[in-house]
Amino acid sequence: MNSLKVELVSPEKRVWSGEATQISARTLDGDLGILPGHTPLLGVLVDGLVSIKGVDGTISEFNVHGGFLSVAKDRVSILGESTD
Amino acid sequence: MGAQLRIYRRRIRSVKATKKITRAMELISASRIVKAQNRVSASTPYANELTRAVSAVATFSNTKHPLTTASENPKRAAVLIITADRGMAGAYSSSAIKEGDGLIAYLRERGLEVNTYLVGRKAVNYYKFRNRQIKNSWSGFSDNPTYANAKEVSDELISAFIADAQTDINGVDELHIIYTEFVSMITQNPLTKRMLPLEVVESEATPPTGLLPMYEFEPNAGDVLNALLPRYIESRVFNAMLQSAASEHAARRRAMKSATDNAEDLIKSLTRLANAARQAEITQEISEIVGGADALSSSNSGSE
Repeated sequence: MNSLKVELVSPEKRVWSGEATQISARTLDGDLGILPGHTPLLGVLVDGLVSIKGVDGTISEFNVHGGFLSVAKDRVSILGESTD
Repeated sequence: MGAQLRIYRRRIRSVKATKKITRAMELISASRIVKAQNRVSASTPYANELTRAVSAVATFSNTKHPLTTASENPKRAAVLIITADRGMAGAYSSSAIKEGDGLIAYLRERGLEVNTYLVGRKAVNYYKFRNRQIKNSWSGFSDNPTYANAKEVSDELISAFIADAQTDINGVDELHIIYTEFVSMITQNPLTKRMLPLEVVESEATPPTGLLPMYEFEPNAGDVLNALLPRYIESRVFNAMLQSAASEHAARRRAMKSATDNAEDLIKSLTRLANAARQAEITQEISEIVGGADALSSSNSGSE
């Protein structure tokens, strides 16, 4: 099965990186789910929860305050202005 | 103990105390350089991703944005100078300030008014002492800047850029930033960069990515750009601050190292002088005793 290469970064450090099967985040237009094979996308995130389901099935959740999400060729980068 | 010897010993003691202090500062800075360097490299993934995103939007949409459009008739420019809060760092702050003076002179030559924004107490003091105009200044975080600091500074600069320079006294048409680039432990260069109007520059660390895919934008390209560009400026300012902090520590370490070396030399030469003084004292005492004994024996022999 395909997986997504995910990087969750904040200005000060890399928060999470690795392989994932599913991501959900909240953009300006509403909640967004990403699976492998998603079309290239650049979205603006609003304050909210980003959850990443890793390849081993564990779900990591992060509070992201403002930022972006870019998806291209199963590579997802989430840039949070501040994350915790 | 003779007066001369006592003076030398006192000076040696005081130089030794100074040496201890400079040695301690050297070691502290040395450990902080590594920390500062790590923070610079920890911030690069974010900067790289942001640069990719910005170039993606810039490539696939013709959206015009106020931050990327140059004014046809620039009237005023903003200069941001990043220096240290504390001294004892050799020429670190003064070379950034000097670089700033050069830039300001150049901008004035082009017929622009200059608004100065300062980071670091050293620059603030320099400008205050010379009664120069400061538009705004920030200090207290030069050796350990956080993203929040960078955001505070860039927010003000971005709003100054967006304001119309022709009508608003705070508005500017250009933004230049002066910071100290951290090249290595021994080399740090003061650098001038034009931040606004924006030219998207690929960071050198970005791996070759080939063609960028056709992106969909959510909600739309304009809004994405609106949200991206200020972040991009913030991240550039943050990077400049982090590099300056690393440079500051490196400069301080070097200055304190040479201060310690000089103290060592001074102690050595003072010890020599003190030894010579002690020897002279002993010689004098011996010759006084011998002379005294001679005088006694000759007076005794005279009486016989």
